[in-house]
Amino acid sequence: MIRMQDITKVYPMGNRDLTVLRGINLNIAQGELVAIMGPSGSGKSTLLNLIGCLDILTSGSYYLDDREVSRLSSGELAAIRAHKIGFVFQTFNLLPRLSALANVELGLRYAGGSDRKRAMEALAKVGLSDRANHRPTELSGGEQQRVAIARALVKNPPLILADEPTGNLDSHSGAEIISILTSLHAEQGITLLTITHDTNIAHHCQRIIHLKDGQVVLEERV
Amino acid sequence: MKKWLEPFSTAWVGVATHKLRSFLTILGIVIGVAAVIALMSIGRGAEAQIISNIESMGSGLVTISPGARTFGGVKSAVNTLTMEDGEAIAGQIDNISAISSSYSSSLQLVVGAQNMRAQVTGVTPEYMSVNNLELADGTFFAEYDYQRGVKVVVLGSNVKETLFGDTNPIGQQIRMGKIIVRVIGILESKGAMWGSSDDAIYVPLTAMQQTVAQPRTAQGERLVSSISLTVSDEEQADYVVTEITSLLRTRHQLGPNVDDDFNIMSMEELAETVSEAIGTMTLLLGAIAAISLLVGGIGVMNIMLVSVLERTREIGIRKALGARERDIWTQFLIEAAFLTFAGGIIGVIVGWAVSYMVSATGFITTLVTADIVILAVSVSVGIGLFFGFYPAWNASHLNPIEALRSE
Repeated sequence: MIRMQDITKVYPMGNRDLTVLRGINLNIAQGELVAIMGPSGSGKSTLLNLIGCLDILTSGSYYLDDREVSRLSSGELAAIRAHKIGFVFQTFNLLPRLSALANVELGLRYAGGSDRKRAMEALAKVGLSDRANHRPTELSGGEQQRVAIARALVKNPPLILADEPTGNLDSHSGAEIISILTSLHAEQGITLLTITHDTNIAHHCQRIIHLKDGQVVLEERV
Repeated sequence: MKKWLEPFSTAWVGVATHKLRSFLTILGIVIGVAAVIALMSIGRGAEAQIISNIESMGSGLVTISPGARTFGGVKSAVNTLTMEDGEAIAGQIDNISAISSSYSSSLQLVVGAQNMRAQVTGVTPEYMSVNNLELADGTFFAEYDYQRGVKVVVLGSNVKETLFGDTNPIGQQIRMGKIIVRVIGILESKGAMWGSSDDAIYVPLTAMQQTVAQPRTAQGERLVSSISLTVSDEEQADYVVTEITSLLRTRHQLGPNVDDDFNIMSMEELAETVSEAIGTMTLLLGAIAAISLLVGGIGVMNIMLVSVLERTREIGIRKALGARERDIWTQFLIEAAFLTFAGGIIGVIVGWAVSYMVSATGFITTLVTADIVILAVSVSVGIGLFFGFYPAWNASHLNPIEALRSE
C-alpha cells in the first residue's frame, strides 16, 4: 500500500538547511499494523506527515496505492487526505466549540458531506454513544482520544496514522485506546501506522520500524 | 444536512461564538448603511416633493416671459413680448392645447378702510386652465365676461385672507385704480414654491385696460408680461419650445448672432433640471455616508485577521481532515459576508427608522426606495467579500503542519 524509495526531507532554516530524513526506504502492505519508534528528533513525525500527505518530500518517490503522490497539487493531496487517511494526534485536536458528535461529523465534511447517522455509528464503535452531545472539555483525555479515533474512522479510510496516540494519557486509558485501535485493525483490516515510545504498545504491532537521525536503523517483526 | 448548507452553518458557529465581538464588528457597517438609507431617503423625499409641486402647476406648462433686448451690444430692458406673439403661436404651432397672455401692473386697492398697493394681473379666460388653477369658492370669468370687459376679480387665497379675513368675499367690491371690481372667485391654495398663485389677483385683461393703458410697441402691438400655454402631449414639450423659439425670433426680427429677447421655461424641463440637481445632491450625501461603510469594512478585515490567527489550529485540523484551500477560504469569506450582510440588514432597519422619525417631525418628507435598500445591502455584502478576501486567503494558505502545532 505504501512504497517509499530513498525519501529525503530538508527544511530550509535561514541559510543552513536542516535535513530531517536521509534516504528512507519503506514498504507497508495493505492491512499491516506497524509501529514507528525512535528518539525525539529522529524524524518520526516528519515521516508520518509525509505518508499522510500533509507535507511534501524533498526528493525520492512515494507511491500510495500505486499512485505517485509526491508531485500532486495541494488540492489533490487534500482529496487523498479526505478519502484515504485518518489522523489520530497525540493532542487529540478536537474543535473545542463543537460537540463530540459534531467533531466526528467533521471527519465526513470534506469526504462527501456530513452524515449524522454514520457519525453516531462511529461514536458507538468507540463506546461513546452516550457522550455524543458533550463538548471535548467535558470529556476525559481517554474519551477525547476515542472521539478523535471515531472522527478518523467515520469515513472508512484504508489508512489510519496515529502520532503517539497514548502520549497524553494515563496507562489505563492508553491501554483502552490501543485495544480499540488493534481491534479496528483486526476487524476492518485497516492499515495502521502508529508512532510510539512505549515498547508494550509496539509489541502489539506486527512490525516495528526504528528510526534514528532520519534513517531506518532496524526493522523487527513481532 | 445538505452539503451546500454546511459552510453557512460553520460561518454561523464562527459568528455566534463571539457574539459581542461580532456585533461590534458590524456596528460600522450598521451605521454606514443606516446613514446611507437615511440620507438618501431624505434626498429622494425632497426630490419627490419638489417634483409634485412642479406637477401641481401643470407639467405640460410652458411659460414665455420677456427678456432683455440686445441692440448693438447694449442690453436694453425694453419689453418686446406681445399679445400678437401669443396669437401667432396659437395659430401656427401644433400640439398646444391652450394658451393665455397676461399683463401685470401694480395698482392701488381699497377695500373698506384698507388701502394697499398690489400686483394685479390681467389675463385671458384660458389662464385658469392653462395654469392648472382650482377654485375654492365662486367661479372664474368666462369668455363672455372677457369680451365685454366685465369688471370682476378672482383672488388668491393669501390675498383673500389679507383683504377679507374670515368673511365671505364673494360679491364684495374692491376699488382697483380707477375702476370698481366685484369678487367672483377664490383660488384653492397651492402652497407652491415659486410664483405662487396664492398671492395673485386676476382680472380680465379687458377690464384691466379700463384703468391701466396697456403699452404698445413701435409696431402697435400690445405688450404682455407673460404668455403661458399647455402642451397637449408632454413628450412634445421640447419640440414645441424649439418651434416657439424660432417663431418668436422671426417675429422679433432677431439676427443669427443676437440673443433671444424672451425666456421660455417649460415645467417638463424645470422638473428635469431640479430633479437632476437634487439627484446629484442626494448622491453626494450618499457618498459621504458610504465612507463610513468603507471604515466599517476595514474593521471587518481587522477582526477577520484576528479570527484567522485565533483559529490557526482549527484550520490545521480541517486541512488534516482533507479540507482544500478552497474549503478554507470559502469558510472565512462566507463568515465575513455573513457578518456584513447582517450589518446591512440591521442598518436598513435603523436607517428606515431614522427616516421615519425625520418624516414624523414634519419638516421634510422622506422616501425609502427599494433600489437604495437593495444597493445598500448588496454593497455591504460586497464589502464583506472584498475585505474578507485577504484574511481568508491567508487562512487557506497556512501550512497544515505548522497550523496543527500552534496553540
